Amino acid sequence: MAYKTIVEDNIDILVAGAGLGGTGAAFEARYWGQNKKIVIAEKANIDRSGAVAQGLYAINCYMGTRFGENNPEDHVRYARIDLMGMVREDLLFDMARHVDSAVHQFEEWGMPIMRDLEKGSFLREGRWQIMIHGESYKPLVAEAAKKSADKVYNRVAVTHLLMDEAKENRVAGAVGFNVRTGNFHVFKSKTVVCGAGGASNIFKPRSVGEGAGRVWYAPWSSGSAYALMINAGAKMTQMENRIVLARFKDGYGPVGAYFLHLKTYTQNAYGEEYESKWFPALQKMVGKEYLDPELSHATHRPIPTCLRNHAIINEVNAGRGPIHMVTMHSFQDPHLEEIGWHNFLGMTVGQAVLWAATDVDPKYQNPELTTSEPYVMGSHATGCGAWCSGPEDISPPEYQWGYNRMMTVEGLFGAGDAVGGTPHAFSSGSFTEGRISAKSACKYIDDGKAEGIRVTDSQINKLKEEVYKPMEHYKIHRNDIVAGSVNPNYINPRQALDRLQKLMDEYAGGVTVSYMTNDKLLSIGLMKMKILEEDLEKVAASDLHELLRAWEVKHRHRTSECVMQHTLFRKETRWPGYYYRGDAMKVDDENWHVLTVSRRDPQTGAYTMEKAPLYHLVEDETAAAAE
Amino acid sequence: MPTFVYMTRCDGCGHCVDICPSDIMHIDTTYRRAYNIEPNMCWECYSCVKACPQNAIDVRGYADFAPLGHSVRAVRDEEKGVIAWRIKFRNGKKDLSLLAPITTKPWGKYIPQLRDVPAPTQEQRDSQYLYNEPKYIRMDDGGIHTLETNGLKIVEGVQY
Repeated sequence: MAYKTIVEDNIDILVAGAGLGGTGAAFEARYWGQNKKIVIAEKANIDRSGAVAQGLYAINCYMGTRFGENNPEDHVRYARIDLMGMVREDLLFDMARHVDSAVHQFEEWGMPIMRDLEKGSFLREGRWQIMIHGESYKPLVAEAAKKSADKVYNRVAVTHLLMDEAKENRVAGAVGFNVRTGNFHVFKSKTVVCGAGGASNIFKPRSVGEGAGRVWYAPWSSGSAYALMINAGAKMTQMENRIVLARFKDGYGPVGAYFLHLKTYTQNAYGEEYESKWFPALQKMVGKEYLDPELSHATHRPIPTCLRNHAIINEVNAGRGPIHMVTMHSFQDPHLEEIGWHNFLGMTVGQAVLWAATDVDPKYQNPELTTSEPYVMGSHATGCGAWCSGPEDISPPEYQWGYNRMMTVEGLFGAGDAVGGTPHAFSSGSFTEGRISAKSACKYIDDGKAEGIRVTDSQINKLKEEVYKPMEHYKIHRNDIVAGSVNPNYINPRQALDRLQKLMDEYAGGVTVSYMTNDKLLSIGLMKMKILEEDLEKVAASDLHELLRAWEVKHRHRTSECVMQHTLFRKETRWPGYYYRGDAMKVDDENWHVLTVSRRDPQTGAYTMEKAPLYHLVEDETAAAAE
Repeated sequence: MPTFVYMTRCDGCGHCVDICPSDIMHIDTTYRRAYNIEPNMCWECYSCVKACPQNAIDVRGYADFAPLGHSVRAVRDEEKGVIAWRIKFRNGKKDLSLLAPITTKPWGKYIPQLRDVPAPTQEQRDSQYLYNEPKYIRMDDGGIHTLETNGLKIVEGVQY
């Protein structure tokens, strides 16, 4: 192996992955640790990386306390009902009470936020969303992070976390490789803030061939947040809570602004309203507590997003698809038409490309909607991620063991997709979580908790060998065949990804099985997952780019395994519309009004599953409304 | 494709290679021009299109569902702080030009250097405040939200 080993020592805070969570962490860390050494490792270029790389047209989490709009507890209620109860309310409240300060700073830095000229407030798309011209959202926050960090390593893909050898269960940094030079990078650090991404492309996408990259969530989000943490032995929560999105067909263009601001609505292929038709039967499945259309109407309590998916899925299965978004009325207003297009250009250009290619003019034609393949993430409207300690002044004892946003591995903090149980954080909330993590990490160091960290060369050398193994394997076996991609002794990263996606799709409830699975399917799936893991030891990378893909698929595999374990454990259908357990087709609040927590033993690979209590911090809005 | 490179315009500067979040824009070693090495991992995020000084990179919709003959072009002007879009339909019936601001301030100038701001006090360190708080939450002197100030308490009756 000719690659150099580059060691960066004495780091105080290593930010692994610099999307919105990581940039928030790097920025804030400088304030609480003005003399601390802050280093960023990012697998792409920080200026355009993470889920917000291409921009956003809305900031989806903003309270507006400044304008008397919402308080944090309102947001907790909203996220709780949307996730059918399963959230960490302490973490949600904490994020919500800080998020406005992040947004106000964005505006001060130059983010064009649209204003409601009559009210003087930010122009709202919905109760929680404000509209922005966010093409340069990522470059702006990257600038803030770069100003704070001592060093930014672009194109360094973090593959493993380093573990302290002086004290058990304490993090000591991370390792990775540079996808351009091939050099092996060792970051010895007192703390790590994991800002890596959630998982796209673990389920077979609807698009095939060249279009396989057209997924809803960025294809470079490879579940690294989860794999890094799981492999380090961190406890995970709510990994069964994968999300399915209703989006414009094929392009997966966002529908939020269309529904909320442009006041569009959906109907079936025959122009009929279909949603309410499916609700009586669905109410039997989930209970009145989670689906009460009359109450929703009276209190504006939203119907959980997954349940609206359920109606689409069933209407299509009943043969009355496709579902259409009715745009023809609102698009007669030229201003709204322009917003409709800007909405795509700001964050999902591919949808504009598709409508231009297929001559779909929403002014004269109602475009088709569809449901996406499932995704695993912790920052959008779903709460997968690590089991983190909560804030000192809010959390009940079971949720609090030291430092805010610290995981069950000491010195390891999280933000964005990495933190479990805080859905509806989106971009601004992820940035905020990064800020909270950074303050905690500084405190952890100042309290002397990171003293005496030891990383031996043997750990580093072992990891180095592991990191380059796909290239070694390729070198040894490439001549087993004359040419081509079929080799009896290895698979390439794309072949591995295809197998993973097929497996997840068919056994864990993807698109082709209408999101349905059961205990038997999951058990078979887990067995096949084990065999795929063996084959991943034989994945072959012909160059550095393929080495990157090899590690991405390994991270996706670990994430997927955890998803299957969690889905098997929760013996109920908690979120119909996201997935269905055919062997337990009902919400079972008596046994499953709990958070699920898993831990994978890093030595044996065995998972232990447990139920954690679900505390509600705030009164239900219905009680408040009834008063 | 989805992104592709017009060979006559590309001068091999590598800006696209530098910026691509998916690591798929590479320089062809024979022709010394950029190209997309892995179209099925392209998100059509337009990062490379916006970064190309020669306007040499374009996007053709994904072959598995997008017919040929359309065009969506972007020109991002850092100095003016705007991005210009032009969308042309396949059938030629629609030709839209749209303009949007990308920033309202000169780049980076209004982002504070936190190394130079007054260091936080012990009281701030012990509090729940983040940098610039509480002022920046409500933009007044009001404090941070806590369970007490908002009249909340943990609801009893935890269920397993």
